[in-house]
Amino acid sequence: MLYIKCPYCGLRAQKEFSYGGDATVKRPNINEEVSSEDWDNFVYMRKSPRGKHVELWQHIAGCRQWIKVQRDTATHEIFQTAKVTEEIR
Amino acid sequence: MSQPFRLNKEGLINRNKKISFTFNGKKLFGYEGDTIASALIANGIHLVGRSFKYHRPRGFFGAGVEEPNAKLQVEFNGHSEPNVNATEMELVEGLSATSQNCWPSVNFDIGAINNFLKMFFPAGFYYKTFMWPKSFWYKIYEPFIRKAAGLGVASIEKDKERYEHKFEYCDLLVTGSGPSGLASAYAAAKNGAKVILAEDKPRFGGTLLTDDVSIDNLSGKDWAEKIITELKSMPNVTVKNRSQVFGYYDHNMLVMFERVSDHLEKKSKFTPRQRLWYIRAKETILSTGSIERPIVFGNNDTPGIFLSAAAKEYMKVYGVLVGKKPLIFTNNDSAYETALEFKKNNVEPIILDTREEHSSELIDEAKSKGIDIRFSHGVIVANGYKKVKSAKIGKLNKDKNSFEKIETVDCDCICVSGFWTPSVHLASQSGNKLKYEEKIDAFIPDKKKQHETSVGAANGSFTLEESLKHGFENGSNLSAKITETKTEISIPNVNEKKYGAHDKFWCMPLPKNENPKRFVDFQNDVSVSDIEIALREGYRSIEHVKRYTTLGMATDQGRTSNLNGLQLVSNIENKIVPEVGHTTFRPPFTPITIGTIVGREVGMEYMPTRKTPMHEWHEKNNAVFVDAGAWKRPRYYKEGNETLFEASKREAKNVRENVGICDVTTLGKIDIKGPDAAEFLNRVYTNAWMKLPIGKARYGLMLREDGIVMDDGTTTRISENHYHMTTTTAQAANVLSHLEYYLQIVWPELNVNVVSTTEQWAGAAIAGPKSRDMLSKLYPDLDVSNDALPFMGYKEVEFFGVPSRIFRISFSGELAYEINVKSDHGMFMWEKMMEVGKEFGNQPYGTEALSTLRIEMGHVAGPELDGRTIPSDVSLNGLVSKKKDFIGKNSLGREAFNVESRQKIVGLIPIDRKSSIPEGSHIVQDQNAKLPNPKLGHVSSSCWSVENNNPFSLAIMKDGKNMIGKKFFAVSPLKNKSIEVEVISSHYVDPEGKRVRS
Repeated sequence: MLYIKCPYCGLRAQKEFSYGGDATVKRPNINEEVSSEDWDNFVYMRKSPRGKHVELWQHIAGCRQWIKVQRDTATHEIFQTAKVTEEIR
Repeated sequence: MSQPFRLNKEGLINRNKKISFTFNGKKLFGYEGDTIASALIANGIHLVGRSFKYHRPRGFFGAGVEEPNAKLQVEFNGHSEPNVNATEMELVEGLSATSQNCWPSVNFDIGAINNFLKMFFPAGFYYKTFMWPKSFWYKIYEPFIRKAAGLGVASIEKDKERYEHKFEYCDLLVTGSGPSGLASAYAAAKNGAKVILAEDKPRFGGTLLTDDVSIDNLSGKDWAEKIITELKSMPNVTVKNRSQVFGYYDHNMLVMFERVSDHLEKKSKFTPRQRLWYIRAKETILSTGSIERPIVFGNNDTPGIFLSAAAKEYMKVYGVLVGKKPLIFTNNDSAYETALEFKKNNVEPIILDTREEHSSELIDEAKSKGIDIRFSHGVIVANGYKKVKSAKIGKLNKDKNSFEKIETVDCDCICVSGFWTPSVHLASQSGNKLKYEEKIDAFIPDKKKQHETSVGAANGSFTLEESLKHGFENGSNLSAKITETKTEISIPNVNEKKYGAHDKFWCMPLPKNENPKRFVDFQNDVSVSDIEIALREGYRSIEHVKRYTTLGMATDQGRTSNLNGLQLVSNIENKIVPEVGHTTFRPPFTPITIGTIVGREVGMEYMPTRKTPMHEWHEKNNAVFVDAGAWKRPRYYKEGNETLFEASKREAKNVRENVGICDVTTLGKIDIKGPDAAEFLNRVYTNAWMKLPIGKARYGLMLREDGIVMDDGTTTRISENHYHMTTTTAQAANVLSHLEYYLQIVWPELNVNVVSTTEQWAGAAIAGPKSRDMLSKLYPDLDVSNDALPFMGYKEVEFFGVPSRIFRISFSGELAYEINVKSDHGMFMWEKMMEVGKEFGNQPYGTEALSTLRIEMGHVAGPELDGRTIPSDVSLNGLVSKKKDFIGKNSLGREAFNVESRQKIVGLIPIDRKSSIPEGSHIVQDQNAKLPNPKLGHVSSSCWSVENNNPFSLAIMKDGKNMIGKKFFAVSPLKNKSIEVEVISSHYVDPEGKRVRS
């Protein structure tokens, strides 16, 4: 079970969180024209990197905040966590 | 009642307390502190089981977790447990053990005929033989093989025992209380670290209990006792025996299995049987020790053949002799300690040492005590069927591939030692890639992957001095980093015997024309010839050899067989062992009970139960409940001998004719506030929300970004910047997360807050043509006319003195209202409604009637919004705005969503107007068509239409709207039904929706 540091609550067990997918995907702006290619990329296309990856988790059984987690998809090592408003390099 | 093999004084058992037990029906006794194994050996019993494949007689081989053979069916404390390791299970009064895998008895086992047919059972036998004919597998081959090869029998009784889970955090977890573990724990404890010390066995000390050593002038055992006593007195230390750390998971999470009360005769009511610990450790010391490795020889599975360290443990811990005429067969010095221990107890051993004549501290001591040592010797084959009687031994030539001299010697046990294998399971599970250590011919941990540090024998250091030194150093350094305190500890003086080098030799050759089985893996009956066959047939990867031969796949995970298997493969393949590699170590280290894994999550505690404030009333009024997620909802209210069908029909009919009330508390409710709330809803829902007036509700549809319908419900504008959203019961949690996602990540600029209020409000729907009359009685001061409170209207009015909200919304398709009051007032509201509603014929209705009402109206719900439908599939495209943008809008333009023949919702009625159509049925053109019969759609919801008095179903069907008026078959292979149906509109009752507006 992973041990995830919520930027608001501190280190908590994985069972308090829910996984939310790739954090590097940006939704096209609302009310703006978007090409179907860009839209399809947003909805469907995901890289499946082996190694470092920034993903979203929600602390559902805690503060209910969505957070960013930089995790190694192969080893599960977590390098960094951040608020969604913060950048992870 | 004498115990012929019990020593007079030796051992750590409590001779003051006799314990009686039975083995295969025979009454026996042992002492407190015995294992089943030690008590049986004391009684001279060695034959305890039959082997897996050949049903060969098997006895004890080890004295702990390494035991491959002695798995028993054990009944104790009122339950029956299969595959219990007799070498681990402690004796308790009244325990009854029986042999497994034998019929009719362990002494006379019919399956043993397999042993005489063994040439027909080579590696891969099952794969090769039972492939054809295919149809025989399930009915004939598999049941037969299962019966013949089974282990114990799982109980079918309900497990009445209590099991617990515990979550714990510590600075340092130490797994194993041998010398290195004790030293680590002690050093860390002195630094003030929070320490957990876990020991699998009942007694602390590991090899200190059996090795002839001294530390600071104390015997190993006394030193261990001193350290443990001190550790137990320290508030920052938890010391646990009978507790095995069996798994190493991510982020330094370790799982430990504690046998809390299996060894107790009596225990208090709430004492659990076993406990599972989830331990998050900052640092972990792996001091798991090592397991002795056997040497392979002919008939090496005969009862009476032991690992030499096990024989020593039986003498020193249990005061039991494994035999009185022992042969000690070894390639190293450690078995000499066993020989000396026999000698000390006046038993004369013969040592067969595969090494050439040489000298070492132990060899010299054995010589000086007059022990018969034969160098360059080994056991070729053990004689005796149910017990060793003699052994054919041989003098090896220089190349150790043939014999210079062969003779037979009498013996009643053979104690074998092929040097030591570090227990690296936990290190391997932590992600540590192991490395092969040439010096000890075994794998040891390599570079750390998590916060694990292996010390002592688990790390390949086999001297006490080194183990203690590493233990103290690592325990101190690792904990000092956490506590920032360092207490100096002087490393104690150690007195131990120096070992010479071991012989790299693990498999005895066979003389010409002799072919006894030489077992590598006892539990799965894998012999040298099986591995040879696998290699001959082209298996090269060790993982493939493992699966083909089943080497190391039994419950003992090949603890005594893996390295010998690898060695064989490497010899045959002319590769070195590290190139062959090793198979993967997986948790659990030893089998654990299912009960422990499940813990308290059984029955009522399996998941939380959510009850509405009116639950008690439903219970009292014969409600039959149905699970809706964690919620309990009344499915129907049973009157007399009514069936579900009759009751739901009555309830639904009453709604259509009079009025009914339904508990709708479980609907998800989300409170939405903020100046941008309208804009937010406008983006979340497919329809327009900017112009919803205060005091009005609107039906809304939300999509996922891929255009699929996510949920539907009504949202009401309570005030300027305040909205009340409802969701379906099932989607409540997902919708809240969905809203939070957009507010926190995608549109943080919107000033909106959302919070779940599902549990804050109790809800009741009043539905039916007489609901307005009933409402006017409930709210005597309120103008309930259609003008004052129209469809989708909203009012905040007091309900007999308590605040309430009235929503004029309808799920049943009838004139209806939903009343919300604070949860605490829910029961008050409900009872008032029942009282006031009497004169209007009001009756409560459950979810079954609710479904009937919505299905015949063609209102979609979960079965239609199943994660595969877009708005136009379910005739909700009227709610999709063309003017504004919203979540998922761009996806609706996708080509596949806009083809003419796309699936659409339709209604179905059976041609005979009688047969109800099973939900999930496939719609096909021709019921007799050849399989696979092209599927045109599926039946999503079915009911008995109370309005038309015949069955009616909703279906999602290809090109549905153009199929109206045509006939098809609804086929359910599951229910073995095929019903001819006609396609009609999905709006079966009141298609114009007049009633809700009346």
